[in-house]
Amino acid sequence: MALITRRTALQLGASAAALGVTGGFALAQSNIKTADATPPKLDIEKGASLRVLRPARFVPPDEEIFRANCARFTKETGVEVRVDFVGWEDITQQTAVTANTGAGPDIILGFNEAPHIYTDKLVELSDVAEYIGKKYGGWLPLAQKYGKKHGTNNWIGLPFGASGGPLVWRKSAVNAAGYDAPPDDLDKYLDLCRKLHAAGKPPGFALGNAVGDGNGFANWLVWSHGGFLVDEDNKVAINRKETVEALKYLQELYKTFIPGTIAWNDISNNRAYAANEIWLTANGVSMYFALKRDEKLRPIADDTQHSLLPKGKLNVSPMAGLTLNAMVFKHSKAQNAAKSLLSFLLEKDQYDPWLQANLGYWSQPLENYSTSAVWESDPKVSLFKNTMRSNFWIGYKGPISQASAAANADYIMVQMCAAVASGQSTPEAAAAEAERRARRFFRS
Amino acid sequence: MTDASLSTWVHRRAEPSWLGRLFDSKPFLVVVCLFPAVGLLMTFLTYPLALGIYLAFTDTTIGRAGIWVGVENFTYLFQDPIFWGAVFYSVFYTAIATIGKFGLGLWLALLLNNHLPFKSFLRAIILLPWIVPTVLTAIAFWWIYDPQFSIISHLLIKSGLRETNVDFINTAWPARWSLIAANIWRGIPFVAISLLAGLQTISPSLYEAAMLDGATAWQRFKYITFPMLLPIVMTFSIIFTFTDFQLVYAITRGGPVNSTHLLATLAFQRAIPGGQLGEGSAIAVSMIPFLVFATLFSYFALARRKWQQGETND
Repeated sequence: MALITRRTALQLGASAAALGVTGGFALAQSNIKTADATPPKLDIEKGASLRVLRPARFVPPDEEIFRANCARFTKETGVEVRVDFVGWEDITQQTAVTANTGAGPDIILGFNEAPHIYTDKLVELSDVAEYIGKKYGGWLPLAQKYGKKHGTNNWIGLPFGASGGPLVWRKSAVNAAGYDAPPDDLDKYLDLCRKLHAAGKPPGFALGNAVGDGNGFANWLVWSHGGFLVDEDNKVAINRKETVEALKYLQELYKTFIPGTIAWNDISNNRAYAANEIWLTANGVSMYFALKRDEKLRPIADDTQHSLLPKGKLNVSPMAGLTLNAMVFKHSKAQNAAKSLLSFLLEKDQYDPWLQANLGYWSQPLENYSTSAVWESDPKVSLFKNTMRSNFWIGYKGPISQASAAANADYIMVQMCAAVASGQSTPEAAAAEAERRARRFFRS
Repeated sequence: MTDASLSTWVHRRAEPSWLGRLFDSKPFLVVVCLFPAVGLLMTFLTYPLALGIYLAFTDTTIGRAGIWVGVENFTYLFQDPIFWGAVFYSVFYTAIATIGKFGLGLWLALLLNNHLPFKSFLRAIILLPWIVPTVLTAIAFWWIYDPQFSIISHLLIKSGLRETNVDFINTAWPARWSLIAANIWRGIPFVAISLLAGLQTISPSLYEAAMLDGATAWQRFKYITFPMLLPIVMTFSIIFTFTDFQLVYAITRGGPVNSTHLLATLAFQRAIPGGQLGEGSAIAVSMIPFLVFATLFSYFALARRKWQQGETND
């Protein structure tokens, strides 16, 4: 854990605040390019104060730097900022309560779809988004998708970063199977998995009710075969031949998995990987850091590589990151102050130290932050800098909505895959059942 | 002192103040004394229950107030194989787990009713599974049933009895039985202690009378102990088991592929993570008939004595 202790982070944050140094969080200096852009004129309300709600930290410096950045905003503008950190499972419900009651925090950094559900309760953020986008080389594709209201250029959310789950694999095992890295071609990928299985070093991907890992695998499987849950017009499109093909492929692929993956939740693959039980899986960067920090597991970390999920029949790797999405509520009495704060936090003096403090757990939404020193800190982590350079999102290809979020949370895709893998359903029946369930969510 | 002065002095009772009159008024006292209890019940039981029933007839989601849709949620659920799967497993889980808990709990209670050394200590110990918070039990069982790191698999492989890990929760039927086993383990102490308390309150005169009539130990158990104890403990046990949530949600989350969803876990899954508050409420409401039936069954079918049905003349 102790890359940066709480104390040093505090000191660094404090000194950064005191000196106003660029890239003040002194892990490393980043060279972030900026273009000329005029900030929007936001008259901060007199006597304004702000309440911000955001998910709990990944690592302690995340919280320290975030607080230090807000404190600096207070110093510059006189606007008091109170930041509350809540558990990840609670943020969606708290956002719903805030939106429905019209009371509570002025700003919430929620997940993924939240701004798209509460659009009419939110302040439009286009002025800030356009300014920041222009200054920092433009918003990356996933940020545009999650930030803008569907089919418009109106920004309702400001993405702060995303966390992706690419392939994580043991170099020794993959090389011994005759591959430099997991291949993009589906047949070759199956061949790799078969060889790993034969060598007693099987792959394992969650097929249980695991919100992150389960959906990550199921989405990849269907997307990489050219399938999708809903089309551009929000019509359910899962029961198609691409999906059936994907599920037939899974029947073969599942045979190579370690037994038990249908019972897996989000933590299971981390444990199995750390115990040398599986040698290829998909996960966020957290697993690698956990291995790297532990003396005994260090050899596994040294043998670990990350690579993008296989492209399959597409020409890009299909992966949707979990996106941190900031929104400002209409009920706020200090909307301009709220917008100024978000804009302030996305400026390089604040954003880059925060990005570095997160070690790569969150990946930037803006082009020019790709040169942040955080991606040089460990070559094995640099892959994650492209997390938001993705054209795939949860609920692809439809508009982001309550329905797409619910279909994800209700494990429609995962259970379709698990039903086939377990032999409980034929691919055709499983695709039809997924269609029936999805229609319920996408009915209105 | 003269007669006159005596006759003029009349003791007048002090007129009670308005407050005193108020507290003498029976209707007022009834209202005041009942208010806290009724208020609490209305706030924390009646209102949520009524709201839940109302929501079941709307299409409310998290983030959007719903409109009245009549029985649409129920018509959808009745065509939903996952809902019927949950109904089946709820009934199956309740039936098997209750029988298991009763068999083992009664056995344990009869054992503890004898004079054993360290009797109080043993009685305290068997309560442990029940005292431990359910979530901790669930997490312990989750590890025990883990596909890769199960202690049971580990021991079986070490002792050479098996070569592969045991499949506890990766396929439908093993998962169903594993959860029932966990529920039984957790439920035994409650049943055993309740029965033990019951055993010790049964009047010895009943046993004496039976022994005089030549009843065997088995007959005494069958005709006295069992009917006197069964109904109330059974009702509680059925209700607790039927509405179980934590064990299932923590160990399998209703998986693999929805095969271990109970109505309670399915209602939660649809309502909170899935955001479909209306549909989730409809699932929760559909538990009510089962619970009413279980209660009535225990009271009227199992309780054959009038005093058990609340009458005095036995």
